[in-house]
Amino acid sequence: MSDVVEVSFTVNGVARSVSVEPRKTLADVLREDLGLTGTHLGCEHGVCGACTVLVNGSSARSCLMLGVQAHGAEITTIEGLSVDGELNTLQQAMWESHGFQCGFCTPGFLMQITALLAEEPNPTEAQVREVLSGNLCRCTGYQTIVEGALRAAASARSATATVRGSDLAPKEPA
Amino acid sequence: MKLPPFAYFAPSTLEETLALLREHGDESKLLAGGQSLVPLLALRLARPSVLVDLGHVAGLDHLAAGEGSVTIGAMVTERRAERSEVVGAQLPLLAEAMPLIGHQAIRNRGTVGGSIAHADPSAELPAVAVALEAEMVAESAQRGRRTIPAESFFQGFFTTALEPDEVLVELRLPAGESRTGVAFEEAARRHGDFAMVGAAVVLRVESDRIADARIALAGVADTPLRRPEAERALRGEEVTAEAFEDAATAAARDLSPPSDLHGTAAYRRHLARVLVRRALVRAAQRLGVSP
Ligand SMILES: Cc1cc2nc3c(=O)[nH]c(=O)nc-3n(C[C@H](O)[C@H](O)[C@H](O)COP(=O)(O)OP(=O)(O)OC[C@H]3O[C@@H](n4cnc5c(N)ncnc54)[C@H](O)[C@@H]3O)c2cc1C
Ligand code: FES
Ligand code: FES
Repeated sequence: MSDVVEVSFTVNGVARSVSVEPRKTLADVLREDLGLTGTHLGCEHGVCGACTVLVNGSSARSCLMLGVQAHGAEITTIEGLSVDGELNTLQQAMWESHGFQCGFCTPGFLMQITALLAEEPNPTEAQVREVLSGNLCRCTGYQTIVEGALRAAASARSATATVRGSDLAPKEPA
Repeated sequence: MKLPPFAYFAPSTLEETLALLREHGDESKLLAGGQSLVPLLALRLARPSVLVDLGHVAGLDHLAAGEGSVTIGAMVTERRAERSEVVGAQLPLLAEAMPLIGHQAIRNRGTVGGSIAHADPSAELPAVAVALEAEMVAESAQRGRRTIPAESFFQGFFTTALEPDEVLVELRLPAGESRTGVAFEEAARRHGDFAMVGAAVVLRVESDRIADARIALAGVADTPLRRPEAERALRGEEVTAEAFEDAATAAARDLSPPSDLHGTAAYRRHLARVLVRRALVRAAQRLGVSP
């Protein structure tokens, strides 16, 4: 059994410290040590995208990162999107577009879309499809997910739209 | 899935890293972006007892244009290289191949050095390195620095000239020359998958004749493969559809690519011919000379 290592990082804006085995993936650290079970694990070897989180604002698969590699980083998970229990613009748009059925893939899609919209607030459908090519969904057939992403972009742009919850932009890297 | 246990080191200097490799040698593995190594650990295809994380090592993430070449530190992420203005302006072949690697979240973590050191025969970057005649700079505690040309770097299936105690420090890629057109073409089952076959082409045209051509293929052998016969067939020729067709046929001749569930050997041979032809046509079009 390998020794435990102390990892300090920021998760959804809150400074956290955990002692973990170095072999533990970031996904398992989030789920088991911090109780943040919104990050889902599908394939556990980098293929499905369900476990996608933001690391310093960029999308990453949390099953392909060791918890210890997150030391000093700023992590955003699906739990970090809503504020005070209110859906944010993207979550609301996804809801309105029926962008999920069983919901297993949803956290990964939402985190990847969050990264996209922070970088490109006005994406084309082709850009959305390109960026989402790394996330698999067994239920929806993808149309409504793509629509949800485009709807989120449109409502964030629209001056009259009621923007709820936190801003789409991920926090600045530490 | 639980990864097999290992001792973890996160050195902050290259010297410390080299000392750790010297001490642990064969037992140890370097961890760069983890996008190939962590899946291997998860599936227990790799079981190193020591993992040395390059993530905090200073001096491995430089990306700069020099005299006629661009130097890319091993820990530069694939996505940073993809979005770099220097790469866009000076290494158009690399810029074109980069977005074909996996998906955005993979490229955000995966590194240029990791892809080269991993040496997947289907990967884009090794084929680009071979087509551009890049040089790899490696360092060890005992033998210091050495420079390895791409043609002798890739030695077999996931096997390179790197010794277990060596760190790949940087890549040096010759910058694009004038009158030189490039193109990267690949065919994959789905967007973001590893290519079944990829073709990298560098074409120099002077006074309407092909002065030089370099062709490298991915996915057809246990290493990226230069096609010298096809290159020779092009030299001195005019830019015509027939010259490109002949060269593409020569590039695919005598290939014995693998057969697997993604494609048979015959299909890969067919792809090699088609993709080389397409890449040649596009490289020429970039120079304003259409066959
Ligand atoms: C779903 C998925 C799809 C992918 N699709 C593609 C694709 O289409 N094309 C493609 O090319 N790649 C693809 N990849 C692989 C990706 O490009 C990897 O990031 C890359 O091959 C390895 O880079 P890394 O930094 O993650 O290296 P790691 O996984 O950390 O390391 C890989 C190997 O290289 C060694 N190594 C790393 N850095 C050094 C160094 N500086 N010196 C010496 N040895 C070193 C490690 O010890 C290890 O053996 C994909 C990966 C996934 C998970
Ligand atoms: S669980 Fe991480 S990519 Fe599938
Ligand atoms: S909604 Fe069920 S997997 Fe996507």
